[in-house]
Amino acid sequence: MSILIYAESAEGKIKKVAFELASYAKKVAASMGTTVTAVTINNSDNSALAAYGVDKVLNVSNDKLNNFSAKAYADVIAQAAKKEGTQIVLVSSSTDSLYLAPLVAVALEAGYASNVVALPESTSPFQVKRTAFSNKAFNITEISTPVKVLGIAKNSFGLVENAAAMTEESFAPSLNDADFGIKVENVEKVTGKVTIADAEIVVSAGRGMKGPENWGMIEELASVLGAATACSKPVSDIGWRPHSEHVGQTGKPVASNLYIAVGISGAIQHIAGINSSKVKVVINTDPEAPFFKVADYGVVGDAFTVVPQLIEKLKAFKASNS
Amino acid sequence: MKILVCISHVPDTTSKINFVNGDSEFDTNGVQFVINPNDEFGLTRAIWFKEQQGANVTVVNVGGADAEATLRKALAIGADEAIRINANPTDGMFVAKQLADVVKNGGFDLVIAGKESLDYNGGMVPGMMAAMLGFNFVNACVGIDVNGNDAKVTREIDGGKEIVSASLPLIIGGQKGLVEEKDLRIPNMRGIMMARTKALTLVEPTGDASATKAVKFEKPAAKSAVKLVSADNLDELISLLHNEAKVI
Repeated sequence: MSILIYAESAEGKIKKVAFELASYAKKVAASMGTTVTAVTINNSDNSALAAYGVDKVLNVSNDKLNNFSAKAYADVIAQAAKKEGTQIVLVSSSTDSLYLAPLVAVALEAGYASNVVALPESTSPFQVKRTAFSNKAFNITEISTPVKVLGIAKNSFGLVENAAAMTEESFAPSLNDADFGIKVENVEKVTGKVTIADAEIVVSAGRGMKGPENWGMIEELASVLGAATACSKPVSDIGWRPHSEHVGQTGKPVASNLYIAVGISGAIQHIAGINSSKVKVVINTDPEAPFFKVADYGVVGDAFTVVPQLIEKLKAFKASNS
Repeated sequence: MKILVCISHVPDTTSKINFVNGDSEFDTNGVQFVINPNDEFGLTRAIWFKEQQGANVTVVNVGGADAEATLRKALAIGADEAIRINANPTDGMFVAKQLADVVKNGGFDLVIAGKESLDYNGGMVPGMMAAMLGFNFVNACVGIDVNGNDAKVTREIDGGKEIVSASLPLIIGGQKGLVEEKDLRIPNMRGIMMARTKALTLVEPTGDASATKAVKFEKPAAKSAVKLVSADNLDELISLLHNEAKVI
């Protein structure tokens, strides 16, 4: 009966997105008079989940699951859901969770709503609000199946502490060879750098930077803020920056707390991709740039003078605040 | 190799988004429809397989007669034949079920769908289709090579890339990176002429497996005006971000 969350972990730690899922789940569970169960995979210390209201952890430990396999992980989650008699399964919007969620839905014959941005509008009928049309609109989706899978959009609900007396048990789902049809050959992961997916702050730049050689100041600004770097579509198309940095409607979505756009005019497709960010700052020489219409704060000025000054001032601010 | 490319018929990325009938339906009035960009990258890669490795490429759409123009465009770009499943694509589960039937009946080796469509952004059709068929599945693909029965696929992960191998049949959820923006093709006159004579088969849907329903749409609330800070007074910007927005 309880609500099940898939609590992702990395390098022995539960990820922040899992705490957000737990916060969301606890709220829904309270309104339905039930509890929250988290399933974790190959993570030994799950104690941090208790602070966000998780009542029970199902801890799966299996060497076969050391590499992510969407099919196997989906199998684990679906079996946990069946064991718990779960009616609502929550996953995050990480790349891995977006990958496995449809597989979980089919295994549980469940309707799946992705990009959910708020608590259910109602639980009977079950209706949730999600983003659609690439953040240009919201859509109320009704799920009619007995079991529901929800993908919660990052940063949409936030963290709510709500300590629970958590119990933990090990769980050994049965896995079969078909779960491992995809073999991981190689993982190329940037280490020591904040990723766009996990970043609280994203510093993004566009054609206004005039050339790839000028990105030093963007990287420095990002480094001072502990931010990830990103770029507009034209910049990745002409090869100034890697595709992995392209944010927008056809690139990566951004849902950070703070998004700083430098020398980006703000085409409708760019805005669609970054509009879920809480606070947006634009720095642009052109006061007519469309980005000023969607930004919270704006500076009309030349990036080449504004950004270096901002870096110095932020360094001073950080020094006096630490 | 037989390739099936799943095509969504979606509003152009510059479209203004409005709703009609008590905010229950998308307003198609004056909207230009295109091949879903994530699908177009996959289609272009499929055409590459056709030209380099002799693959046969079929495109499929679940939609009304208005989607045929989009399928004809895919044929003009180089697909060999098209299938339209004559149904309103109400929900991801329903669309996945219709496509899974096409895959089963057509004996396809590789199925390429966009990782999500730019209208409903459900991001579920390729994965659900794979789960229904028991096929191998890789999502968020930014590269694929096929050698005989073996595929090597690059997928995006948070903070990097992962290279995986899998045997066919395989379903992928694709995106930019399968080909680059500059590789996308604009149909030429010869392609458009040839597309007219290529087969476009109409198939009726089976069952009604919908699990969800879009009941209502809303537009985001109007935004308050931007607060402008002078370029000579960046301390104020830092103060606003710290004290007012509380983000640094």
